[in-house]
This record gives sequence, structure tokens and C-alpha cells, in this order.
Amino acid sequence: MIRALALLMLMALPVAAQTGPEQTRPEQPRPEQTATETIVAGLSHSRVSITTNFGGSEILIYGAVKRETKVPEGPPLQVIITVEGPPQTQIVRRKDHRFGIWLNSAEVRIDSAPSFYAVASTGPLSQILAQTDDLRYNISLPQAIRAVGISAEAESAPQFVEALMRIRTGEGRFMVRDTGVGLAEDTLFRADIELPANLTEGNYQVRIFLTRDGAVVDTLKRTIRVRKEGLERTVYRMATRQPLLYGLIALALAAVSGWAASAVFRLFRL
Amino acid sequence: MQIFLPIAEVSVNAYLLLGIGGVVGFLSGMFGVGGGFLITPLLFFIGIPPAVAVATGANQVVASSVSGVLAQLRRKAVDFRMGVVLLAGGMLGSAFGIWVFALLTKAGQIDVFVQLSYVLFLGIVGALMLKESLGTLLRTRGGRAPVARAHTHTWVHGLPLKVKFRTSGLFISVLPPLAVGAVVGFLSAIMGVGGGFIMVPAMIYLLGMPTKVVIGTSLFQIIFVTAFTTLMQAVTNHTVDIVLAALLIFGGVIGAQLGARVGVRLKAEQLRVLLALLVLAVCIRVALDLLLMPAELFSITAGRLP
Repeated sequence: MIRALALLMLMALPVAAQTGPEQTRPEQPRPEQTATETIVAGLSHSRVSITTNFGGSEILIYGAVKRETKVPEGPPLQVIITVEGPPQTQIVRRKDHRFGIWLNSAEVRIDSAPSFYAVASTGPLSQILAQTDDLRYNISLPQAIRAVGISAEAESAPQFVEALMRIRTGEGRFMVRDTGVGLAEDTLFRADIELPANLTEGNYQVRIFLTRDGAVVDTLKRTIRVRKEGLERTVYRMATRQPLLYGLIALALAAVSGWAASAVFRLFRL
Repeated sequence: MQIFLPIAEVSVNAYLLLGIGGVVGFLSGMFGVGGGFLITPLLFFIGIPPAVAVATGANQVVASSVSGVLAQLRRKAVDFRMGVVLLAGGMLGSAFGIWVFALLTKAGQIDVFVQLSYVLFLGIVGALMLKESLGTLLRTRGGRAPVARAHTHTWVHGLPLKVKFRTSGLFISVLPPLAVGAVVGFLSAIMGVGGGFIMVPAMIYLLGMPTKVVIGTSLFQIIFVTAFTTLMQAVTNHTVDIVLAALLIFGGVIGAQLGARVGVRLKAEQLRVLLALLVLAVCIRVALDLLLMPAELFSITAGRLP
């Protein structure tokens, strides 16, 4: 069933592949060896609109491995798919017991961590991805957080990065799915990624990696644009671009509602 | 029904917000408090970011106070002259408070300072009110009429600049109300509330105003203090969520009208006992947060990239 669905989707590929603009990041090198296996892939949708009734979204990422030759011998092919939200500066604070009360006593600033990060793969990353390639492509969650230079800020910085991962995972903003990618006949693959309701606006990078024996043999990138739409967009733009007018409207709304409720209740003598 | 809030950037249940607005509005109409000290912690609890909760809470308090004042106005229970004097003091105190708030934010301990202020002021005010009003209630129950002293001369009456506050039946100097307004304005800027829970007892016990007039006058003053806060937050931090505010307001204005009607039927002493208990409950809740070991020691604040 899944295979049939994937095949069906493959037919739509030429169209889907053209929609998302290619964005290459300089720190992402292509594998050196001329790839004998390359990825063709598509997304169920490349835009996510945050509207008033937005309660999360699910993205289907599907594709196939294209080969000029027959399937190489050796360890099996593995697929890793990552979805990364726009980066944010995050301040992680720790409470300690001081003077009999619990108060924030230590903080670590993480300069750039993704607001959303999901890794789905055909197996545990520790088995299907070599450490050197993880360092090179920043695939695994700890690597993606790029906790660079935070150790100088606090004695127990790893503790803070772990806390960030634990809390964000609990909120559904960080996800690690060891079996999140389905691979059929070493050729067709698909993964479903849930985007939570509290999404940050911006461009979400989808990266697909093929690995053999822990080494990345091909990569592919796509972009999902997440935007507020309709009422959400209007309100947000007004609040940031014309704050005084927005504030006055908010006050007028409050005053009129207060008066209206009073008038209505008086009318019906409740 | 889930609804996505554009500024808070979270998805919450719309009926839950209507309910919170309604309950807080009811209490607001009944006691003459703005409800900021209730709504802000409630919004934290359902996952609204603190900055948005404080700013939007202030906006909701504007609406329920307008609604409440109009209800009190028909009973001629608003002393406008007193309200304006309190407000003048309030603006001065508030401006100073906003300056201190900025200093504490820079120092990084604003959260604890706010919580400690809550515990301290809610605790003192709640305990004093409970003691006094329970005493009055018990004496009345005992069959003896409360000792009515229409006029007690204290040092307050020796101050210059005396003004007649006809609605309150007072002839006192403007200095004590100005000072009360300033202290409340300062505290409300620090704690992000309208200040009704401090204002109401201060008017009753410090200025000697009759309870019936206190509620309307306090609400009148709260409208302007919270409107000022809302505008400041909208302009400087962009944290007022108008969709969240609209839902809270809708529930709140209806609640305030019902509350005002229930309040009329209760005796002044009973009202004060109930308000005292409510204030103490919130005080204990905040104190527990400080005293008990939290389940998660770490917290994350996401900033925007420059």
C-alpha cells in the first residue's frame, strides 16, 4: 500500500521539485565522491499557513533513490530526514534554592538554536551515521543546536543544553524518530513530520541524507515556508508596524465592550 | 474550539479564555478590584508567554473596569473628585515604577522581585482585611451595633490643602489621597496590575471612605492606570494580543455586570471577608511557587535574532 502510494507520488515529482527554491548553505558540502546514488524527493506541501484555526500541520516528505548502476553491495542504504525551523537566541535559566526560596541563579545564552528540529531516520543515528559526517553536516539534535562557545558562560553548560533539549522535546518542538522513515526496496522512502501548533514563522529547511556504512553519499534540500495568513497576519503586522494605533484600537475595543455590556444588561434589567 | 493567537503565538481553547474572563470579571464587578492579580497568573498557567499575559491582562482589566464603573455610576457610588486626585498621584508613582522596573530587568531578578512583591503586599493586605472584617462581622452577629465613630481626628486632619469630597462625605487634605495614589501607581507598575487590591483597603482604612463609594472610585482610577499600561506595552514591547484580549473581554464584561449585582446584595463586611480570602489564596499560591522545589528547574526564554 505504502509502496503504491509512493510510486503514485513519484509521478508528481517533476512539478514538486521545481516549487521550493533551492537554498544552499555554504557550510553544507556535497559529498566528495561522485554519487552513484542520488535523491529525488518532494514535499506534500511547501507552504504552511498559520490561520486562526491553525492547530498544527503534518508534512509528508517522499522520494526515491536514483541509480545509474545496480544496487551496490555492502551495508544497506539508510535515509535520514531533518526539518529545521528558523534559529533563535535562547536563554536557559536554572533555579536554585537560595535564601529559602527558589530563584533563577544561573543562565546560559545559546546564541543560535533552531526553534524547531525534527530528525527522522531508518535506524538509530548512532548506527547509521558516522560521527565525522555528523560533525560535517550537523544532523543529530545536539549537533544541530550548535552549542558553540557556551561552556565559557557557565560551569555546567552541558546541563543547560540538555535542559533545552528535554523541555523542547516535551513541547513537541524537538523530535527524534529512529524509525520515522520508511524505506522500501532500497529505493522508495517516505516520512511524516508533525509540525506543532506553536510554530515560529520563517523558512523551514528540509534536508534528506542518504548514508551507506555511516558515510553520507548524497544530500538534498527543500524549503517549507511557514507564514501567518489572513487575520493573524493583519494583526501581527499592525502590532509591530503601527503600535500606537494598535494600542489605541485595543483600548477602544475594551472601552466599547465594557460600555456595551453595561448598556445591554441595563436594557434587559437583568 | 482551538484558536491560534497571533501575538502570543500559541493555540489555546477559546471557551477556556471566555471562562477565565468571565470569572475574573465577576470578581472585579463584585469587589471593585481590576482583577489583574488574578488574570495574569491564570494566563501564565495556561501557557501564554508572561510578557503577553501581563500586557493583555491590563487590556482586559480596562474593559471590566469600564463595565463595572458604569454599573456603580448608576448608584452614584463614584467619587470623581477623589478619583482624579488618586489618579494624579498614580501617574507619578507609575512613571517612577516603570523606571525601577527597567533597572531590575537589567539586573536580571525581576521575576523573583515581582513574586516577592505579590507575596508581601497580598499577604499584608489580605491578613489585615480579614482580621478587621471578621471582627466587624462577629460583633454585628453578636447583636451589638458596631461602634460608629463618624469623626475621629488624627494627624491626617491637620494637613493643609483641605478639599471637600462630597460623595465620600469627607473634608480632608489632598495630600493623603495623592500619596496613596502614588504608592499604588508605583506598585502596579512593578507588579503589572491595576492596584485595586491595595487601593480598596487603603481607601477604607487610611482615608476612611465608605465601602460603597470605594468600589466605584477604585474602578474609575483603575481604568486609567491600566489603559496607560496597555498603551505603554503595545508601543514598547508589542505584547498586547488583541485576539486574546477580545475573548477575555467578552467573558469579562458579562461577568462584571453579574458580579456588580451580586455585590449589591451582600453586606459590606461579607464582601470584605470574601475579598480578603481571595487575596490570601493568591498570596499562598505565589508563595508556594517560591518555596516548593519546582518540577523543572530550567526555563527557556526565546529571543529574536537581532
